[in-house]
Amino acid sequence: MSSSTCYHCGDPCEHAAVLFDEKGFCCNGCKTVYEIFQSHGLQEYYDLQTAAGATPGEVANKYDFLDNPEISDKLLDFNEEGIQVVQFHIPHMHCSSCIWVLENLNRLHRSIKTSQVDFPKRKVRVTFESEGLHLKELAILLSKIGYEPSIALEDYSKKKNKVDRTLIYKLGVAGFSFGNVMLLSFPEYFEVQEYWLDQYKPFFRWLMFAFSLPVVCYASQDYFKAAFKGLRSRLLNIDVPIALGILTLFLRSTADIVFDLGSGFFDSLTGLVFFLLVGRFFQQKTYAHLSFERDYKSYFPIGVTRLLENGAEESVEIYKIRRGDRLLVRNQEIIPVDSILIAGNAHIDYSFVTGESESVPKLSGDKLFAGGKQLGGLLELEALKSVSQSYLTQLWSNSAFSKNKASEFQTLTDAVGKRFTVTVLTIAFVATSFWLWYDPSKALNVFTAVLIIACPCAIALAAPFTLGNLLRIFGRNGFYLKDTNTIERMAKVDTVVFDKTGTLTSNSGNTIVYEGMELSDDEISLLKNTLRASNHPLSRELYGILEEQEIMTLDDFKEKTGKGVEGTFGKHSIKVGSANFVGNHDGQLQETAVHISSDENYRGRFVFKSKYRDGLVSLFKQLAKSFSLIILTGDNEGERSTLEKMFPFPIPMFFNQKPEDKLEFVETVQKHSRVLMIGDGLNDAGALAQSNVGVAVSEDVNVFSPACDAILDAKKFTFLSGFLKLSQQAIHIIKLSFLLSLCYNLVGLYFAVTGQLMPVIAAILMPLSSISIVVFTTVSTNFLSKKLKSNT
Amino acid sequence: MSVIYVLLSISVCVAIVFFAAFIFTVRSGQYDDSYTPSVRMLFEDELVKTTTKKNNQNKSQTE
Repeated sequence: MSSSTCYHCGDPCEHAAVLFDEKGFCCNGCKTVYEIFQSHGLQEYYDLQTAAGATPGEVANKYDFLDNPEISDKLLDFNEEGIQVVQFHIPHMHCSSCIWVLENLNRLHRSIKTSQVDFPKRKVRVTFESEGLHLKELAILLSKIGYEPSIALEDYSKKKNKVDRTLIYKLGVAGFSFGNVMLLSFPEYFEVQEYWLDQYKPFFRWLMFAFSLPVVCYASQDYFKAAFKGLRSRLLNIDVPIALGILTLFLRSTADIVFDLGSGFFDSLTGLVFFLLVGRFFQQKTYAHLSFERDYKSYFPIGVTRLLENGAEESVEIYKIRRGDRLLVRNQEIIPVDSILIAGNAHIDYSFVTGESESVPKLSGDKLFAGGKQLGGLLELEALKSVSQSYLTQLWSNSAFSKNKASEFQTLTDAVGKRFTVTVLTIAFVATSFWLWYDPSKALNVFTAVLIIACPCAIALAAPFTLGNLLRIFGRNGFYLKDTNTIERMAKVDTVVFDKTGTLTSNSGNTIVYEGMELSDDEISLLKNTLRASNHPLSRELYGILEEQEIMTLDDFKEKTGKGVEGTFGKHSIKVGSANFVGNHDGQLQETAVHISSDENYRGRFVFKSKYRDGLVSLFKQLAKSFSLIILTGDNEGERSTLEKMFPFPIPMFFNQKPEDKLEFVETVQKHSRVLMIGDGLNDAGALAQSNVGVAVSEDVNVFSPACDAILDAKKFTFLSGFLKLSQQAIHIIKLSFLLSLCYNLVGLYFAVTGQLMPVIAAILMPLSSISIVVFTTVSTNFLSKKLKSNT
Repeated sequence: MSVIYVLLSISVCVAIVFFAAFIFTVRSGQYDDSYTPSVRMLFEDELVKTTTKKNNQNKSQTE
């Protein structure tokens, strides 16, 4: 049976490369996972969701550091009496099949007691007996079934941070009191002169007073604090009139019931706080599986292999590396500290650190910088510095990383709140002085009534609901923002700075060009069949572009890690791999290429060139209408002419920019404009932190991205101009809502100034204005976001 | 008519009980993950069925 996609992972494989149990698999790795599931009665995995799996990666030695009890102890959440609990972050988790199989881990190993998945956080919590299963074995077991846990330095130094639930409690308290007070004040609304009701009025009123106490003292705490903070730094933020309103409502109502003047405004008071908190809650949309605070710690491994003087290997914590230590770095591992290469065939991929797109070969004696990834064989290094002193990690000591962009930015609401407070206070004093002259007995009544009715509940709700809703819309479209404040800052941006490698170009999907002598049909057939058995990413990619060939069983197949593969069929043999491996010693090493030799004769090479993202030119055309664009890259000038040819208008481009150059560049541009920086790697981390809005582009949002304000799914890269436009429109929506709520305030002020504000009027106006704002903002943001899809 | 005091205190007590239940559920972390349980509940039936079958298999394999 042949199938077009792998039964396990869903990757295309025209003719099923590996057949097993009448099902086609793309590689042996996937088949093995299937076999494991099969033998443990977990076939249902494939029924829940088809092709949900992932090809298991290389595991050999990867989790060796877990052998070190110091390291494993810190990772364990619980470790007593032979029972251990650990929480793993599993980036691949994405569907119900994943949840199902991860919650049934106990069927795979008898020592696993239970496992529980927290899907939004992409975490699985495993309880197991330490007797029968070691932490390292557990990690390997998960990797073997394609759910490779990601264990980074970050998990190691984590503080057990408690979930902050105070807002939910406050919302609960406010909602509880609001409901009860509404019920108790109901009889008063109708002013029926009913004997029994009049009899119990004081009791009802004092009960309402009791219910409003927790609202004032606990639920509205934040508003008092924020107002106090604002006043102390001589700022009139929106919290000042809110806090003033709450306080006046409470004091006036208490005075009312003490002196038997009326029923008080307890219903409005509790309702106000409840609505405000609902707005705050709505604004707090978080993406639990994403992190916006990452630094190099989540990129670096926890442990590395250190060579002892007697030649023995030991796993050691990364922090314990000292100058002069000998370290071992394997294929695909990251160089943890600045060091000198002692031995080994080094091909370092610095793309994430410096933005250079091609891997760099190094000779023994060369200096290697922390953060590079080794592609190839085993390396032996000598550490020159400790982790925190390394070149890359020093970037994080820049002050750009410690500033808080949100607190430095004055939001629209606060800007309006300032004028609003001044106006309201003026009206209150003017009205009071009028009544003092006209009818002094009513003066205090009018003064408090103005403060009550002018409490800017609707204004305070406009921004949270507009931006909160937009945040969700962005999230559904693959653009994940850290908070709503980011949208406001995005609306003010006028310059967009792009990184090149990984941002304008995509990391996956290269353009492959063949250079050299033409290959005969037999050679292509042999090549394709040789590549079929190899798991190397370049082989897989090359395999995908070669024409269909008949499947033949090779007589001999050898894979040398870091070098290449060799296949023999009949009399012919073919070698595929690095230049040295195939016997070409004068090849250009600056490019990513796979070299081919047939029967020991050098034939040519397949060159992999990074591909610019689709729709890039049209995106730039759209953006250029309203923003100035700049390209900033750590790469060399090699691509300058390609880029210049690509765009119909000139774009300033800066090459060979080191991470701190990028940071400084953004800082200079910021002197006269507001910058949106788009980047992808650690090398952009400084610029992302310095810019007004830092956006990280990520091929897979669940894996690493540097600290930023927003994460953009690479597939939605072309939506960028739409997102920017939408955030500008959101500001207009908020302004319109302000106007709308001002209308309500004017109506209310009429009642207040003329001294006829009844509690029932306040109780109607307050919720009515809030609800109409919520409806208006939600409907208009949803309407505008429809254009986002149709435009792009 | 003083029964109204009794009735009101009862109603307030009931309300407080529900409020306490709410606080308890939040505190125990039931609202922390609002997605996984919704998926998990759909597994339940198959899970029981296959576990029994599977346990037997496992025994025969390990013995």
